[in-house]
Amino acid sequence: MIENAKQLAEKADGIRKEHAGRSKIGILVSMGTCGIAAGTTPILNAIRDEIKKQGRDGEVEVIETGCMGLCHSEPTVEVFDRESGASVIYGQVTEQQAAAIVESGSKPAAGATALSRGWYYPEDEENKDNALQARIVLRNTGRINPQSLEEYLVQDGYAALAKAVTTMKPQDVIDTIIASGLRGRGGGGFPTGKKWAFAAAQKNDTKYVICNADEGDPGAFMDRAVLEGDPHAVLEAMAIAGYAIGATKGIIYIRAEYPLAIERLNIAIDQARKEGLLGKNIFGAGFDFDLELKYGAGAFVCGEETALIHSIEGMRGEPTFKPPFPAISGLWKKPTIVNNVETYANVCAIIRKGADWFKKIGTAGSPGTKVFALAGKVNKVGLVEVPMGTTLRDIIFGVGEGIKDGRAFKAVQTGGPSGGCLKATELDTAIDYESLKALGSMMGSGGMIVMDEDDCMVNIARFFLEFTLDESCGKCTPCRIGNKRLYEMLQDICEGRGTMETLEKLDTLSRTIKDTALCGLGQTSPNPVLSTMAQFKDEYLQHIQEKKCAAGVCHKLITYTINESCVGCTLCARNCPVDAISGERKGRHVIDQDKCIKCGVCFEACKFHAIDKS
Amino acid sequence: MGDACSCGGCVGSKIGCDNVLDKFPEQKADLEKYMDSLPIGKEKEANRGLLIQCLHKAQGIYGYLPESVQLFVANKLGLHLSEVYGVISFYSYFTDIPVGENKINVCLGTACFVKGADKVMAEFERVLGVKDGQTTENGKFTLGGLRCVGACSLAPVVMVNDRVYGNVTPAMVGDIIADCK
Ligand SMILES: Cc1cc2nc3c(=O)[nH]c(=O)nc-3n(C[C@H](O)[C@H](O)[C@H](O)COP(=O)(O)O)c2cc1C
Ligand code: FES
Repeated sequence: MIENAKQLAEKADGIRKEHAGRSKIGILVSMGTCGIAAGTTPILNAIRDEIKKQGRDGEVEVIETGCMGLCHSEPTVEVFDRESGASVIYGQVTEQQAAAIVESGSKPAAGATALSRGWYYPEDEENKDNALQARIVLRNTGRINPQSLEEYLVQDGYAALAKAVTTMKPQDVIDTIIASGLRGRGGGGFPTGKKWAFAAAQKNDTKYVICNADEGDPGAFMDRAVLEGDPHAVLEAMAIAGYAIGATKGIIYIRAEYPLAIERLNIAIDQARKEGLLGKNIFGAGFDFDLELKYGAGAFVCGEETALIHSIEGMRGEPTFKPPFPAISGLWKKPTIVNNVETYANVCAIIRKGADWFKKIGTAGSPGTKVFALAGKVNKVGLVEVPMGTTLRDIIFGVGEGIKDGRAFKAVQTGGPSGGCLKATELDTAIDYESLKALGSMMGSGGMIVMDEDDCMVNIARFFLEFTLDESCGKCTPCRIGNKRLYEMLQDICEGRGTMETLEKLDTLSRTIKDTALCGLGQTSPNPVLSTMAQFKDEYLQHIQEKKCAAGVCHKLITYTINESCVGCTLCARNCPVDAISGERKGRHVIDQDKCIKCGVCFEACKFHAIDKS
Repeated sequence: MGDACSCGGCVGSKIGCDNVLDKFPEQKADLEKYMDSLPIGKEKEANRGLLIQCLHKAQGIYGYLPESVQLFVANKLGLHLSEVYGVISFYSYFTDIPVGENKINVCLGTACFVKGADKVMAEFERVLGVKDGQTTENGKFTLGGLRCVGACSLAPVVMVNDRVYGNVTPAMVGDIIADCK
């Protein structure tokens, strides 16, 4: 049991000493969901075996860690030297490389691919190499074993909570968060300190602290990476929030699709309870706080805070009109704050280092960093944490190293189903909450999907509308029926039935839905349509007037034919799933247009550019 | 569940039947034990707060939520069957239809979509002869879509039971199905 702040500091020092004496070399193996999917488990075993084989048990230690964010090079492994601080990161590691990696220590091993780090940790070091990424939220993710409280303590874990409850008044905590300028990372960007102040001002003996871990944006996984890689940071921050607003109970609402995050949170909660870091009289300061997990059940709208609260209450997750805001009347009608995982992940650093330190990073209006899940047609897919104010170009062409296969950049989508697309001329925008909004998109929770010339923007708008349709709770008419009509109109355009009138109606209806829908889901659902119409009008016109899809995506508007380059290799015919291709070996083949389902398999299979798509 | 059945209640449906409570006493005991460990009280509103976790548990046990199980949960919590059904029908994670032996889920998240997940889905639909959300007649496969499994670097991604397949093309669909025993 850790009973006071002094014991915490002593314990952390003790562990640091013990670690230093135990092993000189640490080998971090990335064991997030993505890493495991890419096959890190056998590599972990191979490295363990190799250490035994080389007889270096005492000297080299293997640490299972969370996602390092280098998803493009998974499986990843980092080797570091505790004494010199030197380290090397390897990507695309294979079992065969285990021996060399163990042998080389913190020097690059022959035959393995060493990667550059590309980030710095503002809390621990200066930005010596002008790294584009600054990791505050991801400070521990990929660096410690998330299943070990001790490793968290070494990284100043629970020091912020100790500082808050033993040396600060609740109002001081709120003032610090307000002064830091921290804004909600769940999408809206509402000032976190202000939200806490509202809840703190309510006179009520029961209040709640909720963590929104419903991460609904399809194509985003920042929150999952934090929960899997650094669960204690979220628990600690929630306890600080509880102290600030006068709540003793916290709830993490997490999607059931995240089994690994759930497992690691449960382990962390148990560990914290055992050490008295959660429970009664934390750090002997007379503050009680405990928390539990509640599971989502696959409904995007439950990410909206009022819907989320109804879901915890065991009801259908339908949103209700605000006001009253949850800070006034939330869970079981008690004052409640709802904050996003990433928002919480900033809190401990702010308490440890102070508001002024935090404000030095990022822009004046949006201090700090933002984590993005960079994906799509970019070379280096992964988790990226950059200071606010970084340009899209630096993210996509700097960190992301440009577009795959040398194709041309077309658009980047941010904000998920509530956001919009930005085009090449906007790549130099310094991103923060306001700049993205001004361009018709939004920050959102951090999904960032890069698209190239092979993507059709009308089809992308249709994709998001299909998602909204699926996820609309059906409570209000504009969203339930309006979005259905929007979807049908987009379908018409994609299938060559669109007219100029469709386009006009699309615009009017989009604006009507925005103005009249009940909750944030409906109010933002037309954004992908409006933004693609504004930015890529010519593509809409092409679909309507020429009945053509230049990107070659919209099935009904393309035909595949075989040209004279065909050498009769029969590869296309063998790959065609519906036997629509016929021809003699060594003779030119033909596609039966009646049978063709336009799947494009032949186009991709052909090695002689003999298939035309028009 | 198929062959152990002799109750005859499921004539006409090849997979599962609604009488699961009586037919599988061990599973029922498991669910009952879980529910008895919860702080169920007299207050209906408070009990409702426990509903979703009970449904998660029940679906974990039976694979789906037939009416008899819904009724059992409703009675224990002092709720109406209609309230329980209302929740089940709202959340896409819950289902009252039995699922197949193998669950094939094609990721339809944005990253997978721009990499051609729709073509992969179309191919699964064509080969299995069922639509997204349906189960094949022999009860072997349930085809579904899901949103981002967080392996976007491997897009397009297909999850078969707990196994993740990355960089899937329509041409791989046949092999993936053959991989399922
Ligand atoms: C349709 C919809 C979906 C949302 N999904 C999420 C989500 O998945 N995660 C999240 O943190 N916030 C989500 N939000 C925002 C929440 O309502 C809420 O503003 C947020 O959790 C507040 O936390 P923050 O201030 O720390 O950002 C969503 C909002 C809407 C309207
Ligand atoms: S969108 Fe498919 S794994 Fe992320």
